[in-house]
Amino acid sequence: MLLTMIKTFQRPKSMFPRQTHYCPGCGHGIVHRLLAEVIDELGIRDRVVGVAPVGCSVFLYNYIDCDMYEAAHGRAPAVITGFKRVHPDKVAFTYQGDGDLASIGMAEIIHAAARGERITVIFINNAVYGMTGGQMAPTSLLGQKTTTSLLGRLSEVAGYPIKMCELLSTLEGATYIARVSVNIPKNVIGAKRAIRKGFEVQIEGLGFSMIEVLSQCPTGWKVSPVEALRFVEKEMIPIYPLGEFKSPEMNVK
Amino acid sequence: MSDMRERALLTGNEAIAEAAVKSGCRYFFGYPITPQNRIPEYMSKRLPEVDGVYLQAESEIAAINMVFGAAGAGVRVMTSSSSPGISLMQEGISFIAAAELPCLIVNMMRGGPGLGGIQPSQSDYFQATKGGGHGDYRLLVLAPSTVQESADLTMLAFDLADRYRSPIMILGDAYTGQMMEPVQFKESESVNLPPKDWAITGAEGRARNLIRTLFPEPEELEQRNLQLNRKYEGMISNERRVEMYEVDDAEIIIAAFGFVARIAKTSIEILRGKGIKAGLIRPITLFPFPYGAFSNVADKVDKFLVVEMNMGQMVEDVKLGINGKAEVCFYGRTGGMVPSYEEIVREVKRIHRGGCC
Repeated sequence: MLLTMIKTFQRPKSMFPRQTHYCPGCGHGIVHRLLAEVIDELGIRDRVVGVAPVGCSVFLYNYIDCDMYEAAHGRAPAVITGFKRVHPDKVAFTYQGDGDLASIGMAEIIHAAARGERITVIFINNAVYGMTGGQMAPTSLLGQKTTTSLLGRLSEVAGYPIKMCELLSTLEGATYIARVSVNIPKNVIGAKRAIRKGFEVQIEGLGFSMIEVLSQCPTGWKVSPVEALRFVEKEMIPIYPLGEFKSPEMNVK
Repeated sequence: MSDMRERALLTGNEAIAEAAVKSGCRYFFGYPITPQNRIPEYMSKRLPEVDGVYLQAESEIAAINMVFGAAGAGVRVMTSSSSPGISLMQEGISFIAAAELPCLIVNMMRGGPGLGGIQPSQSDYFQATKGGGHGDYRLLVLAPSTVQESADLTMLAFDLADRYRSPIMILGDAYTGQMMEPVQFKESESVNLPPKDWAITGAEGRARNLIRTLFPEPEELEQRNLQLNRKYEGMISNERRVEMYEVDDAEIIIAAFGFVARIAKTSIEILRGKGIKAGLIRPITLFPFPYGAFSNVADKVDKFLVVEMNMGQMVEDVKLGINGKAEVCFYGRTGGMVPSYEEIVREVKRIHRGGCC
């Protein structure tokens, strides 16, 4: 007698069957998967368009199977604005790191939110410049050691970490603003729920949505993958509290 | 203005904006800067009338990246600015050239460097023709000298952009943009243009499209640059445009582009009245530069005088065209100062008498 096994955990259809280039313990792979699952579940693979940033996730398009742009550093919100104004019926997202979004691209993200662009922004905050080798980011924590803050980030020299959710939720144009993390399974589930809600806000035509994802970068932080998960819990979440900062009245499907 | 025989009295800025609409451009992204403000102002009123989109960006940096997004989405799109604003756009222009996206960029030049001034200048010749942004790329640059030509070259620019999948620049100045002249709009040609099957539209019913400029493998990037270069060589073979005025019997030839060429024509009339056979070569495409127009006559002409509203930029290309076969002199005014026809007459007479260049 043959026992039939049913696969219950499979690769999302909108994800290419390919191993990622990310370091062991990196959070990008998890978030890529959540993004692909949401694209599959909402059935938008044929009408979703993304913009990859400059940073480790520049190769996002090697993993997600949809029409995609690769933007100049920080300019993803402007590029997707150009697209969305031409094709308002399509679903548009950017995927940006903390250097891309909160440093060089600060003007573009603020104004895209202020205009209430119907786009969804996935913002990966790992408090460090990963691709260039672990330099201090605008979101680096006070005291955090990086290759350009060897003794730890000092507020007297480098100011304070930027809290993007708190900043953007002051703007009338921003409709859905949430911060999540992917350090433990419970939070991964919450992250997927928020990403899905961000896309639903856009599809319903309600406005701008941004989901900030606290993500681990063991290589940039120079710790083990397990220590990195703990760093998110113990060091990052107290500074960057999780939750919905702004949310519209809507029926979540 | 729907009747093509109808003449309208417009500024150069307005003529460019209306010609863009007549060419099918429905998207404009820009940021205010003098002396090109009539273009965004005109577009903010005109584009909604034709179901288009005018969007004022937060900076020239954002504007050019919105153009990147819209051009990549497969539509005709433009931006306009003036010198310091174009400097800010250069990163995005490099990306647009690298990604091979068609669009129109208008630069109504003002005096520089730095904040400079708002009076006419031609000091962005280098920036427009010799790179401007980073990397091995070229912009096809069109330099109108009248309001009529501003309209005609705008229509041509959109077709060239689509044909070559390339950003095109119209290089005017505070004069060509702000002076008023009668203009008649031609019918947009737009024939035999390649399909935009590369555009980002959502991958419904086809394999996904990707617009990218990162090629970390040197072998691949070199191939990419060679491919771009073949396109630029095609422009050099097919798109050089030049006006030759009173050149056949000329002993002295003035070289000037854009607004300055008009002043030079008045000077030539006066000089010929005094028995000095002067002529004019006016490059209309600054890249590809019409080197042949100069090399073909270099043996027959005693001297060339290049007149520009800058400290000497196009003169370098004229010298490349002449290649040492004749003497090349330069006369320039800068900072918003404009050479008068008397000054040019005086300068031609001086070098005609054997004065040094």
